[in-house]
Amino acid sequence: MAPEPPLLTMSGITKSFPGVRALDGVDLEVQAGEVHCLLGQNGAGKSTLIKVLAGAHQPDDGEITWRSERVVLRSPIAAMRLGIATIYQELDLVEGLSVAENVFLGHEPTAAGFVVRGREARARAAALLKRLGHPEVDPARLVGDLSAAQQQIVSMARALSHDVRLIVMDEPSAALDPDEVDNLFRIVRDLTADGVAVVYISHRLEEIRTIGDRVTVLKDGRAVAVGLPAKSTPTRDVVALMTGRNVEYVFPDRPPTSAGAARPDPVLTVQGLARDGEFAPLDLELYPGEIVGLAGLVGSGRSEILETVYGARKPSAGRVLVDGKPLKPGSVRAAVRAGLGLAPEERKAQALLMLESVTRNVSVSSMSRFSHGGWLDRAGEFAAARKATRELSLRPDNPSVPVRTLSGGNQQKAVLARWLLRGCRVLLLDEPTRGVDVGARAELYAVIRRLADDGLAVLLVSSEVPEVLGLADRVLVLREGHVVHTAPARELDEHRVLDLVMEGSSVSPVTAAHPVTAEGSPTS
Amino acid sequence: MTQPASPAQQGQQDARPRPDSSPGTRKSGQTDGGSPLRTLWARADIRTLSLLGVLAALIVVGGITKPDEFLDTRNLQLVLTQSSVIGVVTVGMTFVITSGGIDLSVGAIVALASVWATTVATQEYGFGGILFTSVLVGVGCGLVNGLLIAYGGMVPFIATLAMLASARGLALQITEGRTQVVTVDGILGLGERDSYILGVPPLVLVFAAVTVIGWLVLNRTTFGRRTVAVGGNAEAARLAGIDVRRQRLYLYLLSGLCCGIAAFLLIILSGSGQNTNGNLYELDAIAAAIIGGTLLSGGRGTITGSVLGVLIFTTITNIFALNNLQTDVQQIAKGAIIVAAVLVQRRTASTT
Repeated sequence: MAPEPPLLTMSGITKSFPGVRALDGVDLEVQAGEVHCLLGQNGAGKSTLIKVLAGAHQPDDGEITWRSERVVLRSPIAAMRLGIATIYQELDLVEGLSVAENVFLGHEPTAAGFVVRGREARARAAALLKRLGHPEVDPARLVGDLSAAQQQIVSMARALSHDVRLIVMDEPSAALDPDEVDNLFRIVRDLTADGVAVVYISHRLEEIRTIGDRVTVLKDGRAVAVGLPAKSTPTRDVVALMTGRNVEYVFPDRPPTSAGAARPDPVLTVQGLARDGEFAPLDLELYPGEIVGLAGLVGSGRSEILETVYGARKPSAGRVLVDGKPLKPGSVRAAVRAGLGLAPEERKAQALLMLESVTRNVSVSSMSRFSHGGWLDRAGEFAAARKATRELSLRPDNPSVPVRTLSGGNQQKAVLARWLLRGCRVLLLDEPTRGVDVGARAELYAVIRRLADDGLAVLLVSSEVPEVLGLADRVLVLREGHVVHTAPARELDEHRVLDLVMEGSSVSPVTAAHPVTAEGSPTS
Repeated sequence: MTQPASPAQQGQQDARPRPDSSPGTRKSGQTDGGSPLRTLWARADIRTLSLLGVLAALIVVGGITKPDEFLDTRNLQLVLTQSSVIGVVTVGMTFVITSGGIDLSVGAIVALASVWATTVATQEYGFGGILFTSVLVGVGCGLVNGLLIAYGGMVPFIATLAMLASARGLALQITEGRTQVVTVDGILGLGERDSYILGVPPLVLVFAAVTVIGWLVLNRTTFGRRTVAVGGNAEAARLAGIDVRRQRLYLYLLSGLCCGIAAFLLIILSGSGQNTNGNLYELDAIAAAIIGGTLLSGGRGTITGSVLGVLIFTTITNIFALNNLQTDVQQIAKGAIIVAAVLVQRRTASTT
């Protein structure tokens, strides 16, 4: 190909949110007419990057060059005027309006500047829908009455109703059946044949092989690989880039006799626990002082298992026992009372009271301890919160500060301190280092190991294989809701786990028939 | 502040891998625990000070335009008395809004409680009968609201809107549109001047007591803490082991209780029960809470702010009335104040 200047160059894009650096000097280069795939786990920074590209976020630093000119995308409208359209994963359609009204929302064909020319809008929408291979969608129908796949087509028609040169598609196949995915690919090929560039985001590697030209891999807010050939890069390399470490994590030593010694009774017993459509019956025993890891891809049922054990989801079968006593199913309060604690995946949405101080975030699960007939012993509360946060070396060493001012790692410590204060005996950790700066992870690992050494039982979920292998004593490998392998962590290595986790997904079309759920990803 | 470590130093500590909890660390982190004076100062934030400033400015305006009448003891007693009924309602409303909810039915509950407590049958039981019935009707309506919202899964707006309609309808049915005059001496006497305690009307004392108790409950009890947690992040509260539904039920019960007390005060004040009582109280109470600084989205609430909001609105009404300005002008002024207060709050919120 002639050395044509790229359509879009983003260089050194940096974006921080309170407590976390979402993008840390990311580069992206897109040529006209190519399908550029963006890969990365939840929290890697994909969504932030495309929001910067869509003008929805302003980068703290970095440059964007569009058709050889430096541009600043001050708003979504500015991006759209340049010809950059974004199809978000959560479709941004108005369900109460018709297809045609949605397609031309904001730039309706008008007469005299304000009278909407409905007939013209419908005719032009029909033409766009035909081009997209869905002539059966009636432009006059309400969007709320359409299927998910049809709604996606409407979203695409809206993008095409502008003069686009670049379309960003955020997990466009997540809600589609296999034959609809084929149609999606046909549309993408049509677009690129016309010289339109497509930035394609997906978790499914086989799709990227089919449709992609080049791949950029994001991890922890950095581009760990830019512009790899999509078809010829081995799957394993791509996965290793997504999940592998880019710095050497320092894992704490395991206690010398974690297995083989005379074992006490299990503190947590899971018997045949299952949820229809999410995970198959699971048996598990967790002993004091032990860290058990669940490894698996997004959608393998990891988080669902944790939340069901915790009572936040009701099981369709099976039961959970603590010290041999069954818990009331589907009751978080019963679980907490029995000594379970959860550090959920979405810290801000599921764990933290962002307006409140560290103290109040730490004490929220133990309030009855500081209650004298409902009256709060605030001095005692503060002292206890300070003791718990100091044990975890939470910084700053001042529990009066608002929790939102803390870094991601310290926010996680605040959640751990909550359960430490509660005196919990089984800690469920869902992606404990998500949104945590790489440097702060080793400290968090040391904290988790120390808690286990003090007698806590830990059930750990992570999509980062090295994290599970480095931290856990025992590992359960999950694929599509089934435990496919169980072994002591020291008997496994990263490639073995990746093989187990990925098995089938790169070769057989089976995974396409079981769409990976979009669990947790909207905020990634 | 006596913090030896600057933020930059703390940042350096942050990067250090796991310092143990040696005495050294303990020294550097000496922080405020709960020194009452400092808490008081921290609590007297810009928002509260600006509300006090507005109230002071209003008093100055009143004093200048009608020096004799406005600053007269009787008039000040009147302003406080008028604040009492809506003030008690606003305290309950503040709790509900802080929890992320809303109670549109407060005015209707006040009306229903006031007429139910003043029927001929109830009045036969005298003072106690009237007080008991007011409170019971308020709590009962709150119970229905709470059950529908917490356990019936209804949106607070809809559930309390339904209660608004039904309670008003029931109040009309009971009275058939007539004013029910109170003949119980013990009730009527409480509105008289000779029952004032050190110049303070008993109604105002009730309002003050409700305010103090409300402040203590919101800021010093587990109930208050749970209320804030549910409003700030209901999902996080649930996963932290808080019974979110039971908390919601209690909150609407509390709002109903406040309405019952307010109805009793209104009966004393007016010497009667009417189905038109408490008209638009829901809007006044919400407005007072919002200008006071309680977040409509929940998670932050201030009883002090709400009470100042009530006093500001009542004072404006009083000044306008003294200056013979019509209610239409009052309404416009109220609207302007709500807009101005919220704009100022957004400004201060975004700069801190």
